[in-house]
Amino acid sequence: MSARDQVLGAIRRSLKRGALSGDARVAAEARLREHPVNIVPVRTTGTQDDRVRLLEQWATFNQATTARVAAAEVPGAVADYLAANNLPARVVMAPDPALDRYDWNSRPMLQRRRGLPEDADRVAVTGALAGIAETGTLVFASGPDHPTSLNLLPETHVAILREADVVGPLEEVFTRLRARYGEGVMPRTVNTVTGPSRTGDVEQQLELGAHGPRRLHILIVRD
Amino acid sequence: MQSTAHAFKDNVEHALVDGNLQQSLALLKVGFSERRRQAVERLPEFEALRDRARDIKNHALAHLDFYLEAFEAKVTALGGHVHWAPTAQDARDIILDICREAGARTVTKSKSMIAEEIALNDHLAANGIEPVETDLGEYIIQLRREPPSHIIAPAVHLTKDQVADTFFEHHRKLGFDKRLTERSDLVAEARQVLRRRFQEADVGITGANFLVAETGSSMLVTNEGNADLGNTLPRVHVVIASIEKVIPTLEDAATLLRVLARSATGQEWSSYTTFNTGPKRPEDPDGPAHYHVVLLDNGRSGVLGTQMQDMLRCIRCGACMNHCPVYAAIGGHAYGWVYPGPIGAVLTPQLIGVEEAGNLPNASTFCGRCESVCPVRIPLPKLMRHWREREFERHLTPASVRQGLALWAFLARRPALYRRVTGIANRVLALFGRVAGRYAWLPLAGGWTRYRDFPAPQRGGTFHAQWRARGGARR
Repeated sequence: MSARDQVLGAIRRSLKRGALSGDARVAAEARLREHPVNIVPVRTTGTQDDRVRLLEQWATFNQATTARVAAAEVPGAVADYLAANNLPARVVMAPDPALDRYDWNSRPMLQRRRGLPEDADRVAVTGALAGIAETGTLVFASGPDHPTSLNLLPETHVAILREADVVGPLEEVFTRLRARYGEGVMPRTVNTVTGPSRTGDVEQQLELGAHGPRRLHILIVRD
Repeated sequence: MQSTAHAFKDNVEHALVDGNLQQSLALLKVGFSERRRQAVERLPEFEALRDRARDIKNHALAHLDFYLEAFEAKVTALGGHVHWAPTAQDARDIILDICREAGARTVTKSKSMIAEEIALNDHLAANGIEPVETDLGEYIIQLRREPPSHIIAPAVHLTKDQVADTFFEHHRKLGFDKRLTERSDLVAEARQVLRRRFQEADVGITGANFLVAETGSSMLVTNEGNADLGNTLPRVHVVIASIEKVIPTLEDAATLLRVLARSATGQEWSSYTTFNTGPKRPEDPDGPAHYHVVLLDNGRSGVLGTQMQDMLRCIRCGACMNHCPVYAAIGGHAYGWVYPGPIGAVLTPQLIGVEEAGNLPNASTFCGRCESVCPVRIPLPKLMRHWREREFERHLTPASVRQGLALWAFLARRPALYRRVTGIANRVLALFGRVAGRYAWLPLAGGWTRYRDFPAPQRGGTFHAQWRARGGARR
């Protein structure tokens, strides 16, 4: 008997039945297909403005920083943020074509490279698939436009989030993922990131920048 | 890991006089539980979410085979591999084979209780593969060759000075020749050392908080981001998870996530909550080329359908130990195996036998705080009581306890005799103890009086006598 049969057989013996069949199977299949929403916190309801404010509030609560800017101001906001934090004006950017809508040449002093991060890269600039107002969380999906390591390796992460991509609860992210990739399909990795990397492993005191970024700055772009 | 659960009482004696441990535990008493309370206050739906979380896990357990097969089909369709491991030995062998096939010399690990349960590190090391723990707490205790003392904060028993000494000892050979004193410097040094280890590792091994049947995703929650480096940089990603981790849908994951971080650390959300689904796609610029999921049974299937099934709902948040007065007094190591605290007292006898771990379910005051904070409402005191009964049935309880209980049962079945005997005992105790109001020593009560005085009986006789004197009715 294969190990697989051994485990599944043991489960079925304990549940005192054979393989799931009949109505119970139909119901379980329907649950996977229909993925009903459970309980969604009331705090996530409200207008789009409310949601953007809520996202800012929770992102700040989780030690991220935020700024609201117009599309034309994005390159300047990135450059100013780096200067204000004594960081070099040099960034590695996601190959994401959505970032091309910003006029990066308006800040010629900001050096940009597109692609995977290297050891010397201290700042990553990426887009975000969505922002979750409920917890101030950013969502990044892996793909040719967005290497996962950009979210993790550089010490500083500047994420550009369009206001229209701010959703209420996590469930709305799933709706967007299904619309983009198909039912039951996910990209290799979906990172949901809430504030900078942190640890409480030394005497339960919070320290930022354990393995991932020490700083997370969110530029919320007005539509 | 070699269990010392049988030596629980000795472990406790050591823990109670360990100054560093007691200093660390003092922090624990105020930290996690207060932060949890605040997080719960911020979310009015929390109690309803707990009910729903319980129901989701119950549903998943009742359909466990179905959801595991659905999960497997999704992973396989993406080019990933699902391995079934009936026992710990099977899981160790499977992972060693994967590492050997990858030609691995080092593997990075992100904290996994299942890996602890199957003693994976020892097995890899014995076979020439170096496992590197990357969760900061887990890394610290790996350097110190200690087991974790808490399921989410493995180094919670250590002080900053102990960490500083450990790093100074082990990082000197890597060129870090200064003993650090600041917490931030310790974290930064570990980051530097471990970043190199991530880059040179051939295989990344992570656990999983949930497996999502709908999409074939393994989900992992961390605050440090170490699991994400481990599932992105090495060529091979191995997920090790026990079978009860599978849940139906992403929406179900959302509900469980809403209670997980709040119950664990009092955070609204962990910093990194990641859904991994299969190996890297052909067009992806990074990510592992090979993706494996090892599904461990190790006795869990046998718990299904029994009165102990509730323990399989556990989502490993650690709230039960954060709120346990016994854990707060003795820390996690005293429990002697992988899982400490109330959930450990329930899981350990199941996983390694009541003969070895029968002491653990007795390490409870039955105050019920664990059950009152459990995000999936596991009736922990009831389950501990169940183990106590099993232990008694199997004659594993010490003779003195058994004889004492037998004597009490004999008397309790004879009310008139009971009243007479307790009345005499009351008068005798009163005679010898009333002056001081307490006893520093009593025959047959050494276990109690060694640590604290035994109070003398109050005036007015036994409870029965007082009840009658006050005109209490007999039923």
